[in-house]
Amino acid sequence: MLIPNPQSPIPNPPIPNPQSLIKATLSLADSTLILGQRNGEWCAHGPILEQDIAITNITLDLIGQARNFYQYAATLINQSENKNETEDSLAYLRTEREFKNHLICELPNGDWAQTILRQFFFSSFQLMVFEQLEKGVDEQLAAIATKSIKEINYHIKWSSEWVIRLGDGTAESHNRMNNAIDALWNYTGEFFIPADYEMIDVASLKVNWLEKIKTVFEEATLSVPENTFMQTGGKNGIHTEHLGYILAEMQSLQRTYPGAEW
Amino acid sequence: MSIHDLEKAFQDKIDKEIKIEPKDWMPEAYRKTNLRQISQHAHSEIVGMLPEGNWISRAPSLKRKAILIAKVQDEAGHGLYLYSAAETLGTSREQMVDDLLSGKAKYSSIFNYPTLTWADMGAVGWLVDGAAILNQVMLCRTSYGPYARAMVRICKEESFHQRQGFETLLVLSKGTQEQRDMCQEAINRWWWPSLMMFGPKDSESTNSDQSMKWKIKRKTNDELRQNFVDMIAEQIKLLGMTLPDKDLKWNEERKHYDFGEINWEEFWNVVKGNGPCNKQRLAARNKAHDEGAWVRAAALAYAEKRKNKLNIKAA
Repeated sequence: MLIPNPQSPIPNPPIPNPQSLIKATLSLADSTLILGQRNGEWCAHGPILEQDIAITNITLDLIGQARNFYQYAATLINQSENKNETEDSLAYLRTEREFKNHLICELPNGDWAQTILRQFFFSSFQLMVFEQLEKGVDEQLAAIATKSIKEINYHIKWSSEWVIRLGDGTAESHNRMNNAIDALWNYTGEFFIPADYEMIDVASLKVNWLEKIKTVFEEATLSVPENTFMQTGGKNGIHTEHLGYILAEMQSLQRTYPGAEW
Repeated sequence: MSIHDLEKAFQDKIDKEIKIEPKDWMPEAYRKTNLRQISQHAHSEIVGMLPEGNWISRAPSLKRKAILIAKVQDEAGHGLYLYSAAETLGTSREQMVDDLLSGKAKYSSIFNYPTLTWADMGAVGWLVDGAAILNQVMLCRTSYGPYARAMVRICKEESFHQRQGFETLLVLSKGTQEQRDMCQEAINRWWWPSLMMFGPKDSESTNSDQSMKWKIKRKTNDELRQNFVDMIAEQIKLLGMTLPDKDLKWNEERKHYDFGEINWEEFWNVVKGNGPCNKQRLAARNKAHDEGAWVRAAALAYAEKRKNKLNIKAA
């Protein structure tokens, strides 16, 4: 008798309609860009030179991933709507309501504990999503995923090592990790709440994600909070107050000098 | 051997172009001069990340953002090699960083100027990195081995940065009137401070003679500055911009450009701490260091715990 295996690969979803594919691609782009924008704030301000370089490396990877997604989204939009979008018009000329990033990406960096914990939460989720994209029907997204997975594996290694180091470091670092968990935990639920355009079954990733977090937390002498209320909205364009400021700053030159080439 | 013999053997080596290595005997003043110079150079890389880091969040395209981030990251890497090279002279990185943070150690004064527009990212790359490269190309042949080797690596990346800076300005120079104005205005602000990067005139420079004899330096401040002026005065033609010096003129007899007098009062003021951003830069470094203290302490505590665990397992 065949016993259903809950770990078996999720079957490929049907080919999405073009509008969903565009939205899904933009959402992937927005999350990586906004997290890259936040991490970039650490550049030149890190706690130690080697780690300044490491977080900047991750920032560069995220911006690189965002560019790949935006370029693909621009191609899709231009094909279906006869427009002239570019990676930059999509990043620099859309408004808060049009951005579809996860809320967790736009939260302020907080201290080093909060930054590395967010990276760990996000990268662990991102890996699972990208593994699905890699197996998915869309060849271009699969190719971007394959390229990015190598980077993400490093991001997970780096950030999980920091979670363990700070969790099991000093009393102060342990407290700061607990504060970081407290600040971020109720932004993790959004990962697994599907948006209508998403091409993979994100809800199904929750069990494995939680397992990964628990394993690392255990080594870090930290605990996963009891199920709490989860914030959501980012993937549908309802953001925190923070995103407006991120975009105001990031988009300032493109908005001030419309049409200029840089 | 007497000190006199040691000094003679040391100078002979230098004259024969044999590199001085960390374990070799060296005069105390040679060690100190190198330590001062290499650590100042490392500090300059680190403080230099601030004015450029200032534009990462506002870079006007994703490509420019990626290039700028990579560049600032390169500077951090240069800081690391240079601190390592300086450590071979017997002072810890921690001590050097403390000296920077307390204001005891200097860094290049150029980074005490603000980056006010996007064009500054181009001007800093082209002029500031351009000036730094002339110095660094010379330092690839400096007599202290670890410094010379660090410089070889750094020079490759710096010349890339200079080209990127020039290219940033080139795009602006072909852009809208507002972009062209932005480009010219940034060049106007960065030109004179860039000339000051080569230090006081030879006639005023206290460390120059001995440094030349020991081949720490191989060109004087004025020679390097002249090379820089000659290079930039040609390159600017490609931008269709001008340098803010009415006395700048090709001198057929000297086969060099003549140029106007530097405002040395401004130079000394910035060195003494009165530049537009001296306080801001040092405050930013101190803030990063202070706020990172608990992170460094935790990393140390965790490493210690792991070591103990491994020892228990081994026993």
